[in-house]
Amino acid sequence: MTIRVLALLLLGVALAGCRPQTVQTTTGGVSATIQNKGSDTIVNLALAWAERYQTLEPDVRIAVTGGGSGTGIAALINGTVDLANASRRIKDEEIAAARANGFEPVEHIVARDAIAIVIHPDNPVDKLTLQQISDIYSGKITNWREVGGEDRPIVLLSRETNSGTHVYFLEEVIRLGQKDNKTLFSPDTLLLPSSEGIGAEVRQNPNAIGYDGLGYVTPDMKTVAVSRGAGQPYYPPTVETVNAGQYPIARDLYIYTAGEPQGQVKAYLEWILSPAAQEIVLELGFVPVITEGERP
Amino acid sequence: MTDEHEGQPKRSLSWVEFLIERAIQVSGISAIILVVLIFLFLIKEGTPAFMEVPLSGLFATRWYPIEGYYGLLPLIMGSLIVTIGAAVVSLPLGLATAIFIAEIAPDWVRNILKPFVEVLAGIPSVVIGFIGMLVFAPLIRVALDIPTGLTAFTGVLLLAWMALPTVVSVAEDVLDAVPKTYRDAGLALGMTRWQVIWRIVLPAGRSGVLMALMLGVGRAIGETMTVMMVTGNAARMPVGLRDFFMPVRTMTATIAAEMGEVAHGSPHYHVLFAVGLTLFVITFAVNIAAASVVFRQVKRAERMLA
Repeated sequence: MTIRVLALLLLGVALAGCRPQTVQTTTGGVSATIQNKGSDTIVNLALAWAERYQTLEPDVRIAVTGGGSGTGIAALINGTVDLANASRRIKDEEIAAARANGFEPVEHIVARDAIAIVIHPDNPVDKLTLQQISDIYSGKITNWREVGGEDRPIVLLSRETNSGTHVYFLEEVIRLGQKDNKTLFSPDTLLLPSSEGIGAEVRQNPNAIGYDGLGYVTPDMKTVAVSRGAGQPYYPPTVETVNAGQYPIARDLYIYTAGEPQGQVKAYLEWILSPAAQEIVLELGFVPVITEGERP
Repeated sequence: MTDEHEGQPKRSLSWVEFLIERAIQVSGISAIILVVLIFLFLIKEGTPAFMEVPLSGLFATRWYPIEGYYGLLPLIMGSLIVTIGAAVVSLPLGLATAIFIAEIAPDWVRNILKPFVEVLAGIPSVVIGFIGMLVFAPLIRVALDIPTGLTAFTGVLLLAWMALPTVVSVAEDVLDAVPKTYRDAGLALGMTRWQVIWRIVLPAGRSGVLMALMLGVGRAIGETMTVMMVTGNAARMPVGLRDFFMPVRTMTATIAAEMGEVAHGSPHYHVLFAVGLTLFVITFAVNIAAASVVFRQVKRAERMLA
């Protein structure tokens, strides 16, 4: 009796484990398998897309793996994948390597990733320049008074160092995108293990400043408008300003194909840019692409 | 089964006995072997750190591993501050609770209090962390007027709360074990109840109380989830008393936060194992110290009895 129940359970587990992404099925109904590999930033998004798409198009199988942007592009160049996910633009040497293998990599912007600066709703500060944010996080500015706020100490909040957002923030905001800049986070920075940790502290502490993906910002936090430099316009982080390329702390997320996509791959990419798929982008904390096929 | 017994009762029995003896022996030794294996594993994975990172780098005050800063001092100090703080807070509280339960409270109160203290031990640390993050931290920030509530102090309070059940139940058992004749002798000499507790029962159970404290410390220094959630994890070097009310980063939180993403075999990986090794050595030293004191006192107590 127990053994039979156990066997049933095991069978159930085995079947459940088999269901998503069976690349080769013996039943033969599958007409295409799309191999998708690359950026760990995008991997959850790519998985969500693939799962939804497979319910819409049962004939198509999509295999998604992470590994990093470079890994994905290298696999594309070697011809082992159909789609390479990347959270950065393809490098010139990678384009050259692709040409040497006889194809031209084609870029598709599939989503955008924006980082919002969040503070307590009662904090009167509502705009900062990139330089000010850098100075705040590197410990040069330690009081809100210095950036037009109340006389309060600044409490710095950050994600842990293993978060991709942490590294992106370090490179693009604290170091202002300068390669030879070796500025670090102030040692006083609180490293919190989750987005929720940052949210909880920002919601209740008027001294705090934090950052996180735009999708994780809730209405009970205040976002700060950011400008690229003194004298330049300040833009609040919204889907519109990110899509217009105005909000400074944002990046595009790409999928690269070997040459113009054909057949099922083309259909999949077109679906990714459709409103239904871009809805998933929003759910996962990224910024949807508004205009289809737009190039920066 | 019964047939076999009837056939060769004696051999079968001795065979069973042999098995049981061996099983007990193996389980007894396996505990020691496990500790030794863990220690060897930590040494194997941790010692390369001392070759890959210069000692001056390890004994620096900056911890920022993704850029190659591997200063362990802020982490060690962070763990020590939080642990010692938790011990200092939980010992008097735990001891007082234990004395109340064991010596003063009437039976019906004791029957309510004891299970409650034990339930406290069963609360998962992540739940305590959540309460700390959402309730304690804001309260502490406002009450003490400090920049943030995610501080060493908050961690100390929560850890003390978590160590309390251990301290209370061990200390209570110890006080219970003090023979009734000791108390009777004191009362016969005209001592008050307080004098009996303070002068006779506590000194008699001193080694056990020390053990309760050490177990509490062990609970506190190894605790990860709660401290990760409430101490802010800023790897700053604590220098003064004021830093008690500032964020700290403990060794356990560092390992938990960073081990998941670290590249296998990288210097960062080895340094994290070195942190684990340090933690192990500290815990081991605390236990050895406690054990040596406990044994010495047992001998003295025995002498006293004889």
